[in-house]
Formats: sequence, structure tokens, C-alpha cells
Amino acid sequence: MMKRDECFRVLARHIADEAVVATYSSAVDWVGVAPRVLNYTSIGAMGLDSSHGLGLALGRPDKRVVVLQGDGSLLMNLGSLVTIAAVAPKNLVHLVAQNETYEANGGHPIPSPKVDFAGLAKAAGYAAVYDFADLDVFAQQVAHVLEQDGPVFATLHVEPSKPLTYDYPSLYDPAKRRAFKAAWQAKD
Amino acid sequence: MASAGADPGLLSGECIIAAIKASAIEYVLSVPDITTSSGLLAPIAQDKGLRLIRVCKEDECIGIASGLSYCDKRALILIQHTGFLDSINAIRGIAVEYKQPICMMVGLLQHEPERAPRASSRYGVRIMEPILDDMGIAHHLIGVDADVAKIQLAIEKAYTESAPVAFLIGRSPA
Repeated sequence: MMKRDECFRVLARHIADEAVVATYSSAVDWVGVAPRVLNYTSIGAMGLDSSHGLGLALGRPDKRVVVLQGDGSLLMNLGSLVTIAAVAPKNLVHLVAQNETYEANGGHPIPSPKVDFAGLAKAAGYAAVYDFADLDVFAQQVAHVLEQDGPVFATLHVEPSKPLTYDYPSLYDPAKRRAFKAAWQAKD
Repeated sequence: MASAGADPGLLSGECIIAAIKASAIEYVLSVPDITTSSGLLAPIAQDKGLRLIRVCKEDECIGIASGLSYCDKRALILIQHTGFLDSINAIRGIAVEYKQPICMMVGLLQHEPERAPRASSRYGVRIMEPILDDMGIAHHLIGVDADVAKIQLAIEKAYTESAPVAFLIGRSPA
């Protein structure tokens, strides 16, 4: 079993001008590891991270979008797997941290810890699907995961983390949304 | 193609689609709605000037439209009022609190076109305008062809002011 923040430290070494969409615990860990203007953390409603990511990927097909979603969030928007697979954006990478809990809402378990999210993504029709439970393996393969044509999906099996501090005013800061928009629209 | 229950000559789907395209909408995000099924969704699906994204559940549309708005791409959400009601939390967070230009075209299922929506015998229809008012979302009833002229102006206003707007489709477009 991996730690989410350790996974994100590995991931951050491969992130350059991608938009990274994250919310709740994933957003806290990601922003802690990689504070950057192209972080998109104003999701507005639990579960919609993957849908925001799809919109960003459609609107900028020349750039890549990485979604960092929790398992509880994806469970609230499972249909987005089917929608994303049908639209098939080549520039979307969808990573789900599976810690089997609603960590931001008291650490209660998700309805079933046995959910095979990678299997669901594969059945939905994602172009490539991965399942990682070992940090060394993830570190070895993450560059390939990020580079290939999407939509790409990967489950990251992680431990529940120690209690986090959720700085929602910062995560949802309107100034950060404006800065993101300006940076995301900038031409290379 | 005339939709089931349509009143020919009262509301033209073709005119609505022309207004959508005149508003620089590129994407239509939709879950099927029987009020707009034949008169809007079916022809939009065949229209090469619009890109239709079929989603599984209406709240997905709110997230996708938000993502597109960060790319300056315009989207119209075409759903049924039941789907609007199911998506209230996403609309609350993204459209209202984040002030995103979320443009919604909402079919009023089983609405009696001769009545105002607030006077509908259908509870779900009756509560639509009061909910929109409480949420501070601009809304326009599109019940006859004369109403279609509101669409382009309202979409322009939504994108200019970065604010949501809802069009309530009060009868099946022909």
C-alpha cells in the first residue's frame, strides 16, 4: 500500500504545463507537494472533478489534463467514466487515489472497499488502464502513463492519511481561478 | 421533424437552434428530455455546426461546461427539469458561488403550455422559477417563437458577466 502524498511527489517530477484537477484530500496533498498556477481545485460539488477535467481537455486539446480524484468522489460520478470513454480525449489522464474512505468527511468507509475502479474504467472503454499498489512500480511507469494517448486511467491504492488541514478558502480562492484561466489560455 | 405533443407554428426548434449557433455555442451537453427530444436534441445530433456530448447524468454537464469556460469555449446544457433539480448542488457551487457562465436549456416535462410554469399542476414544474429566483439565476420562458429572440441576448450576457442563465422550454418545439 502506498501513501498518497508520496505518489504525488513522484508524479510532480513529471508535471510541467499540464492542468491538474484535484479536490478534497487529493487537492490538499497535491497543493502541498506542487503549488502551481495550473492547479484547478475549485470543483464546486463532490465528484465533478472528472467532469471538469473533461471540459478542460476538450477545450485545450493541445495540452494535457491530469485529474487527481478520490475514490469517494468518483463513486459520486461513476457515469463520468462512461462519458469520458465515449468522448475519448487523448489528452486526459485520470488518477484515482483509492483509500477506501471518505477521508474529508470523517474517514468513514466507502460502501465497499472491493471496488475495482480500474476494471470499471476498462469496461467503460478507457484507452489504457493501470492499477498501482507499489510506489517503486508507479515511479517506474508514471512517465509512460502520462505520455500515452488517453483517456488513461490509473488506480493508486493508498493508505488513509493522517488528519489533514482543509484550507477551503485557499483551494476555492477566486483569484486562483482567474490566474488558472489566464495561464491555461496562454499560447505557448 | 415535429416532436410528440408539438404545436406546429408556435415554437420552432429550427429557430432555437439558429439562436444557439448565433450565440457562438460550440458544445451542447445533454441528457435526453422528452419535451426537447425531437425538436431540439435530434436535429442538434445531426448538426455539424454543434458538437453534442451525451452524458450519463445531468450534473456532469455543469462540470464539463465549467471546464470549457476556462478555455473560452461556449456550451449549452440541454436537460429536463428533473435533471436540473438533481443537479442543484453542482449548480449552486459552480454556477452561482463560482459565478460561472453556465447556460441551461431546460425542458419542462409535462408542463401545460397554456399555463404559466408557476401555475402548473405539476409540482416539479411549479417550483422551477421560484428555485431559480432564490438562487439568483436569470431565467427566461421560451414558450412561443417570439421568445426565441431572448436566447442570444441572454447567452451573451451570461458570458459577458460570467453568470448562469436558464431557458425554460415550455412546449415541445416543432
